[in-house]
Amino acid sequence: MSNHTDTAHAEHHPSAKLYIGVLAALVILTVITVLAAGVNFGSPSINVVIALTIATIKASLVALFFMHLLYDKPMNTLIFLSGVLFLGVFLGFCLIDVNAIPEIVPANAKVALPVPAPGTPGAPGTAPAAAVPGAAAPAAAAPAPAEHH
Amino acid sequence: MSQVISAAGAVEEHEHHSKVPGLQEHFSEMQQQVDASKIGMWLFLVTEILLFGGLFVGYGIMQGKHPEAFFEAHHHLDRNLGALNTIVLLISSFTMVMGVYSAQKGNKKAMVTYLSLTLMCAAIFLGVKYFEYAHKFHEGLLPGRFYTHKGDTVPGQFMFFSFYFMMTGLHGIHIIGGMIAITWVMIRGLRGDFSPGYYTPVDLVGLYWHLVDLIWIYLFPLMYLIS
Repeated sequence: MSNHTDTAHAEHHPSAKLYIGVLAALVILTVITVLAAGVNFGSPSINVVIALTIATIKASLVALFFMHLLYDKPMNTLIFLSGVLFLGVFLGFCLIDVNAIPEIVPANAKVALPVPAPGTPGAPGTAPAAAVPGAAAPAAAAPAPAEHH
Repeated sequence: MSQVISAAGAVEEHEHHSKVPGLQEHFSEMQQQVDASKIGMWLFLVTEILLFGGLFVGYGIMQGKHPEAFFEAHHHLDRNLGALNTIVLLISSFTMVMGVYSAQKGNKKAMVTYLSLTLMCAAIFLGVKYFEYAHKFHEGLLPGRFYTHKGDTVPGQFMFFSFYFMMTGLHGIHIIGGMIAITWVMIRGLRGDFSPGYYTPVDLVGLYWHLVDLIWIYLFPLMYLIS
């Protein structure tokens, strides 16, 4: 697609070629994230960090190019980032509290769920996860169960 | 557009104003209207992020407290179908942005074609989702007290399916809403409402569609790729 006629608009209107490039990057990143999920990096929390990092790169590509944030007035980016910030505040404040509560079990649980008694890390099923701060955050290194089969 | 101060000029401006297709009475010029529309849309998108945010935070807490149950439960999901749907949705985002691009260039035919392709991708996404849901309904892998699946080695897997159905279900509703919106701009496009000077509705529906894609980008690894 030739852009000779609208070079003046080039910086405001990305070309179709660029969009194809962004799509290719997004598809490649999807393949990488699926492959990375199958690799054992030693700790499941590393996998979570990798998966969410790749997701954030993909989301940034979508927001910057497909949603035109790179070319728009900065006000729109500011609004978007303030939303993300408040989501972070929401998550952060929940996680401050979460380790003070020894067990979080849904009210509709029909059977007893394995929950470690206070002070006994490594109760069946849960591993030391619940004893470590930040265990609940998928982004904050979650030292989830050590071994899976 | 010229700024008019005199009373006589104001009439002139008004007449000129009404000639600009798509420009509302209360905006002095198109750029102002476009900026205001976009800000409004982004504010709406932020409320959408926070709506899903509640579910994401709940998921994070429960997954952190019951990692074994979530890990075991996620094996019931088909990773390949999830990846397929991710790619279908990414392609739909691409065709959507090409639709906006075509509207920008005033290419009505290309715009309608790209929007149709976007709708097609959305339909494929929902079709795949239907098969996934049907499989889970059949196996009794349902949220909360409706969970009837037998033979679990780790108790509490119903929690995962509560989040799975609420999050992908809410996302699916957004897909359907997006399809309705895309159909609406397509009809308006066919009617000849848009021009390179005015295509804001296409642009805004595009933003909405990309947000739906953006949310799926996070849902996919959290639901299908638990390690």
